[in-house]
Amino acid sequence: MKTLKSLAIVGLTLAISASMMTTGCNGSGSTSKADSTADNAMIGAGSTFDNPLFSKMFSEYNKLNGMKVNYQSIGSGGGIQQLTSKTVDFGASDAPLNGKQDSALSSPAIHIPVTAGAVVVTYNLPDVKDTLMMTPEVLSKIYLGEIKKWNDPQIQAINKGVKLPATDIVVSHRSDGSGTTNIFTTYLTKVSKDWEAKVGRGSSVNWPVGLGGKGNEGVAGSVKQTPGGIGYVELAYAIQNNMAFAKMQNKAGKFITPSIASVTAAANIDIPADAKVSLTNTDAAEGYPISGLSWILIYKEQKYNDRTADKVTKLVRLIQWMVHDGQQYSAALNYAPLSEKAVSVADAQLKTITYDGKPVLQ
Amino acid sequence: MESSVDTKLATRPNDNLGRVASLKPQGTVSTTKRIKRSFRQIRAEKVFRRTLIIVALAMVVLVLGIMVTLVIESTLSIKSSGIGYLWGKTWDPVRDIFGAYPFILGTLLTSFLALFISIPFSFAVAVFLGEYFPTGWFSNLLKNTVELIAAVPSVIYGFWALAVLVPIVRSFESKIGVEPVGLGIFSSALILAVMIIPYAASLGRSMIHMVPSNLKEAAYSLGATRWEVIRAVIFPYTKSGLFAGILLSLGRALGETMAVTMVIGNTSLIPKSIFAPGNTMASVIANEFTEADHPVYLSALIELGLVLFLVTVVINMIGKRMVSRFTNE
Repeated sequence: MKTLKSLAIVGLTLAISASMMTTGCNGSGSTSKADSTADNAMIGAGSTFDNPLFSKMFSEYNKLNGMKVNYQSIGSGGGIQQLTSKTVDFGASDAPLNGKQDSALSSPAIHIPVTAGAVVVTYNLPDVKDTLMMTPEVLSKIYLGEIKKWNDPQIQAINKGVKLPATDIVVSHRSDGSGTTNIFTTYLTKVSKDWEAKVGRGSSVNWPVGLGGKGNEGVAGSVKQTPGGIGYVELAYAIQNNMAFAKMQNKAGKFITPSIASVTAAANIDIPADAKVSLTNTDAAEGYPISGLSWILIYKEQKYNDRTADKVTKLVRLIQWMVHDGQQYSAALNYAPLSEKAVSVADAQLKTITYDGKPVLQ
Repeated sequence: MESSVDTKLATRPNDNLGRVASLKPQGTVSTTKRIKRSFRQIRAEKVFRRTLIIVALAMVVLVLGIMVTLVIESTLSIKSSGIGYLWGKTWDPVRDIFGAYPFILGTLLTSFLALFISIPFSFAVAVFLGEYFPTGWFSNLLKNTVELIAAVPSVIYGFWALAVLVPIVRSFESKIGVEPVGLGIFSSALILAVMIIPYAASLGRSMIHMVPSNLKEAAYSLGATRWEVIRAVIFPYTKSGLFAGILLSLGRALGETMAVTMVIGNTSLIPKSIFAPGNTMASVIANEFTEADHPVYLSALIELGLVLFLVTVVINMIGKRMVSRFTNE
């Protein structure tokens, strides 16, 4: 469903951009070269998670300012590579740049938080009517293959009064490399020493147990079909498909239902100036612990590849709009809007962008 | 109207006569024309030949180019993992430990299992269409249906397998007492078997069609039954063709990605039985390529492509050798 929807959105934006292009060509005959269509078109690439939101934002921005943004949702890793080779104006990623990626860049890039999402733990227990509670320890042990049955005393201890069946736990995970997996494994790495030592974090990892499903729909499919199944999917996907998901215990000890509000709450923490922060297991008392930011990545110094000052200003304005006005489109698409603190860090980051050494925003 | 037709009819023989008559004195002119034309023909012939050579060579260059690109792009991984890449049992992108053994095993297991499942069906279709019912509406229907199997996109097979086949396999597994997961090597071999039937079947059918009828008639006249004709005349005569069809099916099975990815269970663990989940080289590449976020990882995936390429080449070479041995007998 989601892919269909995003396909439709992509198709729509393509159609809109095509019509814009023809009108743009007609009008640009008499204008100066600096105002050519190339300066009024941006190319971005990266995260597939961001794509539905970005499509909506860019089409709205197009209506306001007539700017055409061509966003290719090729995956966060691909977006970073495109940024490294300077073939795009901005990249988008669900994971901050790691050391190796950072050193591969020819000049420093900055992270601008643009939206937040969450990963929920979904399960298939037909006879259990109550919402299941999960603690970090139990979740990591299930994914390490140490807890094998649903009626294990450790699960029973946190779900008092729930009659758990004696069925096997069938673990599912994403088979394709994804930001979702990255958020999930980052969380498990933070909460479990065993997980950190045996598996670690990444967009694909060496899973000790379980079946791999391709995409959210693959994991959801295998959980839905298998009694006793457990898996993790994006919050938006789980909401759209009315899936059962567990309440997670956060760092403050509270069991939190994943929702847009609890994800935004998780982001309401002190975010470092470079915005490279994981929202997993944050100190926020009402925050859902398996949350994550998504970032736009751009070079700090924007004068490269014959880029004009005009184009750079437009690019920075676009990102500024996404961080502020663009946030109104998040909730309808089940993305969590940025918290106030995240917005202020984004603003500070935008001010550091320079063109030929001079700041773009005054 | 009638009169004009009459005159035409009347004039035609004259016309022909006139043409014949006019050819004779102009003989020298027509020979020079013919020589000119043949020069032009020779030139066209040459151009045509060159085009053929260029296009044919382009294929060789293309395949070699793919090979070279794969080797160049995977040097990083070859340097870091060495030859141990082929039998390393761990695939851990986080720690940069890359061993392709589980995926090579998965690819070979699914492909050969699928092949064994599909052979009886493809041979049955080939013999039925080639020998029993070569013509008629029913054979046309069957022929088109089998060919349609090859035309359906593999993602549709994947969906069908996930929705229909996997639950059936799951209940079968719970009956025979293995862990009822459904997804796994057995399910993917089943769906692969369906997908590869048409390749062996249609090649086999046309081969059986080509068996000279006098051979068959001779056998019949000696009192052979239909089964005896198939066994003693048709099979020996067509076995290299049938084998080539099997090889074609196997090639398809080795490279199939989408349908397999959807039902194989995608785990890097070494499969313990044919009902266990596993992974194939093609599906690992498809799954992990977009988010391969560091150079060694990307290179290891490309090396996996190289290994798949080489496995296909080796299997094809062995197959060719076997085909030629069969034909020489």
